[in-house]
Amino acid sequence: MTKLKPRLSLIGIGVFAVLLLVVAPLVLTDHWLSNLGKYCCWAIAAVGIGLAWGRGGMLVMGQGVFFALGAYSMAMHLTLETAGAGVPGFMVLYDPLAPLPAFWEPFRSAAFTLLAIVLLPVIVAGLLGYALFKRRVKGAYFAILSQALAVALATLISSTIRETGGDTGLSDFKYFFGFVLEDPANRVMVYLIAAALLVVCLLVVWQLYRSRFGELLVATRDAEERVRFLGYDPATVKLVAFVLAALMASIGGAMFVPIVGIITPAEIGAAASILMIAGVAFGGRASLFGPALGAMAVGWGQSSLGSAWPEGWTYIVGLLFIVVILFLPKGLSSLLPRFTAARRSPGEQPAAGTAAPELEAVQS
Amino acid sequence: MNALVPPLLNGTAQGALLLLAALGLSLTFGQMGVINMAHGEFLMIGAFTAYLVQQVIDSSDLSIPVALPVAFVVAGLLGLLLEVSIIRWMYRRPLDTLLVTIGVSLILQQAALQTFPAQGVPVKQPGWLDGQLTILGYSWPLRQSFTIVLAAACVAILSAWLKYTSFGRRIRATVQNRDLAETAGISTRTVDRLTFFVGSGLAGVAGVAASLIGGTNSQMGAQYIIPAFLVVAAGGIGQLKGTVIAAWAVGVALSCFAYWTTGSLAQVLALILVIVFLQVRPQGLFTVRTRSLA
Amino acid sequence: MSTFSRRLRTLVATGTIVTVALALAGCGARAGDGTPGAESAAPSCVDTSGDTIKLGFLNSLTGGMAISEKTVSNVLHMAADEINAGGGILGKKIKYIQEDGATDWPTFAEKAEKLLTQDCVAAIFGGWTSSSRKAVKPVVEKHNGLFFYPVQYEGLESSPNIYYTGATTNQQIIPAMDFLASKGVKRLFLAGSDYVFPRTANAIIKLYAAKLGIQIVGEEYVPLDKDDWTTQVAKIVAAKPDFIFNTINGSSNVGFIKAYYDAGLTAATTPIISVSIAEEEAPAMGHEITGQYASWNYFESLKTDTNPKFIKSWKAYPNSSGVTSDPMEAAYISLYLYKALVEAAGSFDVDAVNAAAKKNTITFAAPEGTVTLDGENHHISKPGHIGRINANNQFDIVWSSDKFIAPDPFLKGYDWFPANVRDQLVKAAG
Repeated sequence: MTKLKPRLSLIGIGVFAVLLLVVAPLVLTDHWLSNLGKYCCWAIAAVGIGLAWGRGGMLVMGQGVFFALGAYSMAMHLTLETAGAGVPGFMVLYDPLAPLPAFWEPFRSAAFTLLAIVLLPVIVAGLLGYALFKRRVKGAYFAILSQALAVALATLISSTIRETGGDTGLSDFKYFFGFVLEDPANRVMVYLIAAALLVVCLLVVWQLYRSRFGELLVATRDAEERVRFLGYDPATVKLVAFVLAALMASIGGAMFVPIVGIITPAEIGAAASILMIAGVAFGGRASLFGPALGAMAVGWGQSSLGSAWPEGWTYIVGLLFIVVILFLPKGLSSLLPRFTAARRSPGEQPAAGTAAPELEAVQS
Repeated sequence: MNALVPPLLNGTAQGALLLLAALGLSLTFGQMGVINMAHGEFLMIGAFTAYLVQQVIDSSDLSIPVALPVAFVVAGLLGLLLEVSIIRWMYRRPLDTLLVTIGVSLILQQAALQTFPAQGVPVKQPGWLDGQLTILGYSWPLRQSFTIVLAAACVAILSAWLKYTSFGRRIRATVQNRDLAETAGISTRTVDRLTFFVGSGLAGVAGVAASLIGGTNSQMGAQYIIPAFLVVAAGGIGQLKGTVIAAWAVGVALSCFAYWTTGSLAQVLALILVIVFLQVRPQGLFTVRTRSLA
Repeated sequence: MSTFSRRLRTLVATGTIVTVALALAGCGARAGDGTPGAESAAPSCVDTSGDTIKLGFLNSLTGGMAISEKTVSNVLHMAADEINAGGGILGKKIKYIQEDGATDWPTFAEKAEKLLTQDCVAAIFGGWTSSSRKAVKPVVEKHNGLFFYPVQYEGLESSPNIYYTGATTNQQIIPAMDFLASKGVKRLFLAGSDYVFPRTANAIIKLYAAKLGIQIVGEEYVPLDKDDWTTQVAKIVAAKPDFIFNTINGSSNVGFIKAYYDAGLTAATTPIISVSIAEEEAPAMGHEITGQYASWNYFESLKTDTNPKFIKSWKAYPNSSGVTSDPMEAAYISLYLYKALVEAAGSFDVDAVNAAAKKNTITFAAPEGTVTLDGENHHISKPGHIGRINANNQFDIVWSSDKFIAPDPFLKGYDWFPANVRDQLVKAAG
């Protein structure tokens, strides 16, 4: 691989950062800036999906779980900040005299909340990934299991109304770490944090993809057995990618809360996770920019096309899945090299015919 | 009344419905490696077929027995159409079939929402299913036993078909070693199409059963797909008996949890139970012995 | 891997510094800098100069809730057409902008903001689930917009920017309990979907039941998207209630009614009273629902002067579902109520509209009868009716409240509702 390509990518990230952090706040209205912030949150999670699925071959259909860990950690803190010293209003009805549930108490602290947003997904994904990858669960099993987990968590949250707000979720936040959320200047600040975090995530995966780890990850995806025979442990490689993806989903979720102003179990369940996957597939799962841009494009489509033609948008998402996966398995990003005639990067999927069978019987 | 009787009986019925939903998946997933996320929507199509049949045949005593084979053929033909138009291009990319069929399921759901009354349609229960059986002091709805009989019949016919017919032998040969089967002169393309037809058709039959238990509307298929996949995975790929046992176990677990705790917690606990089981035994209850490395 | 991790560390550090710097650069008002609220909202961009006025309609047209919300959306279109045919509001024709909430609550928030700030609509109409209302609430409060919510709900809420044209608990749940008490019910079973409305409604039912001397013999919840009620119904059979209070919503109701029928329960022995089954939902449940009760403020069978015209217009409307129902009628009211408010205020301005409401003189001759707006809590007075479903899926009215019930979302007029809970809720509602 030439040295040119990574440099080009870095310049690309730079341009992207300027567009997001400087141009967008200047030209967009408040409404569209807040929408763009929401797409950035999805894009952060999507970068993680690109890492785990595009490069690592793990179809993570349950990123909603980690999105929720971040989002609910943040939302609990903001709810408590809004409620002041008392108990949040929605809890009062079911049991007026009961104290705040114990697991809410630490979220009064801003430092604990920030720590939880980072550590919770790392711990949960670490344990889950360790158990799954050591047992060599992969392919469709992994995908279905991760989605089942997301469904289980969404149902659990829906049914614990007093503790989590249930199906209605948590909303109506007034403050964000002491800043008044209604103030337009603060909303721009929240947007800038989300956009900056997206750029940071892109930088992290850019660095990962050109590192030895990135090569190992792709090798694990394409021929796990050979990697094992070469003396590496594929489980560890996958675990690192999975944990990083979980962390990114959590950060995306945490920023989603102050930007959108509500988090509900609907953002965790199957449908939300699937829409994120759609974006990643659309943009190009294994490319650097593909997942982020794809997720943002799907978000934008939902905002604009979904308004103009709601029924049509559902059909478009459906067709997007079919057409892109069928004809452009590498997503829109695969169209670019055809024009620039750039060299194939090692991150791209091998040709369909030679792909290692992803669905292998797991051995005890 | 013994507190074990209602959850055991109803759990068995719930497991039977899960089994009906999972049977087709077990075929297409286990035997072809295709993960059809639109399977739930084929089930929905079966339920709507039952409704349409009732518009033609007024007597519900007669219409449900007629609807069963009709739903099988309608859902089967749609499955065949899906196989011929899309799935066949993706046999080497199993994970991608999962994503493509998600797209198909979104389109089918929206199409059903716009075709039929949004609130759903009524499917009349046959008069011969009214009433209860009294078992150990519990009045068990007769309808529950119908689901069990239907599931048992489907399993019996399917396993006999796989075991004794030449098509069945070809399917089993293709499962065990696709390349060798091809070398032996079996047209794996034909086998694949037939398998997909039968698998989707079974979803249609499950849909008729489901239409007697819950609502018939555009969203009904979505609630079955994840549990059905977990059942197939827990039973072991391509293992009919594994699927049967896993479906029964999940059904009984769901019903027991629902009886002793709450309906919501039951869903969570049952999902967690299967997930944990698959951590311990990722290959499922039974496995095909292969010399594959992975 | 050491060079790699060092590079990564540098990278992350740089990123963090950039983030923090950006965050500090953009900071605005902090907590305690003064009261946030309507004052800080940007001036309204509603254009009232032309001969049209823009209104926003917001319902789920796709996803699971489209099952219920499509009708509300259609009836809003019908009401807009009717008002336009009658000359519009203050002489201006309604130009409505339809948005899809897509059964996703953050989307409701996004679309509400779009309608208010991009399309500059004068008011938003729609929503169905409590989640959708709670998603829209902060948005309309922030931008000082108006939102008209047309579905019966769990009460315990009020907002200067929301008008509620569906029933609050004292107009639907409490009449239903009064009806049960009049029937001499002693043992009641509560069956509901697992979300905020059934949970809250049942919390209130339990408090009132204690006062009425009705024993609650069981309480069961099933997730909204699950249809199979057989196991729960077995528990109902074992509990031997006189009556079942049903707060199940959506398609799960079909599964409940089927399981109930198959367990051998009948309207003669163990009747059900529902608060989410109307003319619209009943047909999907088949003959098994016949003979059961429902508590609403409007039925198609209601004999009022205004109802025949409403039914006739709806049946003739292109996207009609053929029957009228309570949530539809409440949506129909919402648009006319807005018309009455604007005409009383003589302006589309939100503060002027709210000031006009405060006079407590806004009325509308609705299909359910003449309703009066309470300017303090933004709810409307409603008659309570209990109907019994007949074989044509219409309701025979078997009980009615003696007068229109004034809305009381915080149940201030009911001594059995604990005062400390109310105080906390009012405080939390702001």
